[in-house]
Amino acid sequence: MGKANKQVVCDVLMELAKTDRDITVLCSDSRGSGSMTDFANTYPDQFVEVGIAEQSLVSIAAGMANAGKKPVACSPASFLSTRSMEQIKVDCAYSHTNVMLLGISGGVSYGALGMTHHSSTDIADIASIPGMRVYFPSDRLQTEALTRAIMADRDPAYVRVGRNAVEDVYEEGNVPFEMDKATVIREGKDLAIIATGEMVLAAKQAGEQLAQQGIEATVIDMYCIKPLDREAVLRAAKTGLVITVEEHVAIGGMGSMVAQVIAANEPCRVINLTLPDAPVITGTSREVFQYYGLDADGIVRTAREWLK
Amino acid sequence: MELRELQIKACDIRTDVVTLIHNAGCGHIGGDMSEVEALVALYYKHMNCTPENQNDPNRDRFVLSKGHSVETLYCILADKGYFDREELMTTYSAYRSRFIGHPNNKIPGIEMNSGSLGHGLSVAVGMAKAGRMSGADYRVYTVIGDGELAEGSIWEGAMAGGHFRLDNLTAFVDRNRLQISGTTEEVMTQDDQETRWAAFGWNVISIPGNDMAAVDAAITLAKETRGKPTVIILNTTKGCGVSFMENSAPWHHKVMNDAQYEQALAELAERKASL
Repeated sequence: MGKANKQVVCDVLMELAKTDRDITVLCSDSRGSGSMTDFANTYPDQFVEVGIAEQSLVSIAAGMANAGKKPVACSPASFLSTRSMEQIKVDCAYSHTNVMLLGISGGVSYGALGMTHHSSTDIADIASIPGMRVYFPSDRLQTEALTRAIMADRDPAYVRVGRNAVEDVYEEGNVPFEMDKATVIREGKDLAIIATGEMVLAAKQAGEQLAQQGIEATVIDMYCIKPLDREAVLRAAKTGLVITVEEHVAIGGMGSMVAQVIAANEPCRVINLTLPDAPVITGTSREVFQYYGLDADGIVRTAREWLK
Repeated sequence: MELRELQIKACDIRTDVVTLIHNAGCGHIGGDMSEVEALVALYYKHMNCTPENQNDPNRDRFVLSKGHSVETLYCILADKGYFDREELMTTYSAYRSRFIGHPNNKIPGIEMNSGSLGHGLSVAVGMAKAGRMSGADYRVYTVIGDGELAEGSIWEGAMAGGHFRLDNLTAFVDRNRLQISGTTEEVMTQDDQETRWAAFGWNVISIPGNDMAAVDAAITLAKETRGKPTVIILNTTKGCGVSFMENSAPWHHKVMNDAQYEQALAELAERKASL
């Protein structure tokens, strides 16, 4: 079992902050839920608490970036992606400020707390803004590599991580990672499964189950939703069947972006496994995923159905 | 610059603004004219801001939160040599021009993009907070419109500025009492500003905002204030300097015909000659 991706972001920032006084974490009464308490305690002079005020959280971060800081604005993805959306558009993307927006407890992480706390539209909300990048890392190892890459560049980015610890997708010491290039986890000729965020683990497991049944699937970790790795999408399309899996609604999600690329270039069937266009059922993440077919069994079922 | 030079500069900038907007056939002239004294006092006397130091981390910073009043800022930046004045005067708002109707930081001298209201104060708070954290001694200024005060995000910024005790931050409220639909008090009550800002922990200075001597003195006071940010309530006249625009809501963004333009130029020339 790995650890929560949000904890990994904090660990990386703690390490970078040792030698970089410009690394600054901003929270909206979210240091505990964002796993940033260690950072706040260790680097109080590089930590800014703004209170429950997500709009000024993002504007203040953008102002700090203008002044040379490397701010990370950390807030639950549900609030960060919608309450602060105009600040993201104007102060981060349009003004081109070097802000890392960290959406914590993303997707349906908050489970039974309901739709107010779910971020099932953040790809659509943020990827559609010119100048914004969107990343959903899959496990702790990829989260570490991604955080280092984003803190080293100078463009704004939105990163969504979940609340819970997730199993490792990759192996310690063997984490294939190239910025803005999807990671191919396995290659197969029968179909391709493109997943993002915490859905990648389910996709990987589905690929293994399908192999046991004699079906060879390509499995792709599309952590980089924008810029989308178009080459990886087009390679996937050569299998003739692409299944996308994401903890997000269908409209404006990663799957719709994949379908756009495929429709214009290499037409094949594209099936989007997503959250529904409705408030999700009450339950834990695992229960919600199972109910909507967003787990390994659901992906396998869908694959077999469309391969008939 | 001395007081009289600042007053003359304010007349020249108003003349440029009138010409810019007449050339382009669009612009938010009422709020441009009310904010002139504040921007002239900042750019020609108080701010450490020149084309030469525009990338210096320790430069003073200005954010025009009421971004629609960008024409005054453009005319000042052009006059100071940040970009070619002729290009501004001939291309503003024209097809493919880089000079659009709101601040954009691709234009030299402009720090942050604005236009949607309610952003600038929190952005300025971030700049000022970063300066404090870095031990830098630059100062940060922002101008907010009084209609803009209805945006809740302004008060998030006010709360944070007071909480962080940012004495390197000065906000101006352009209190011209008019917005596009009528008076601010009809649209959404904003009185009284003095009590509201004080309650958020700010040092409050309320002055006649088109009086250059008062504006100059208020900025000096703000710079001397320790332990809290300062807000300068500029009690201004919308359309200040051109009689038919003054205190008239339609002149928020109305466009002059040629006769009105000539009259505006004549009135501003007379104002300058009287100094």
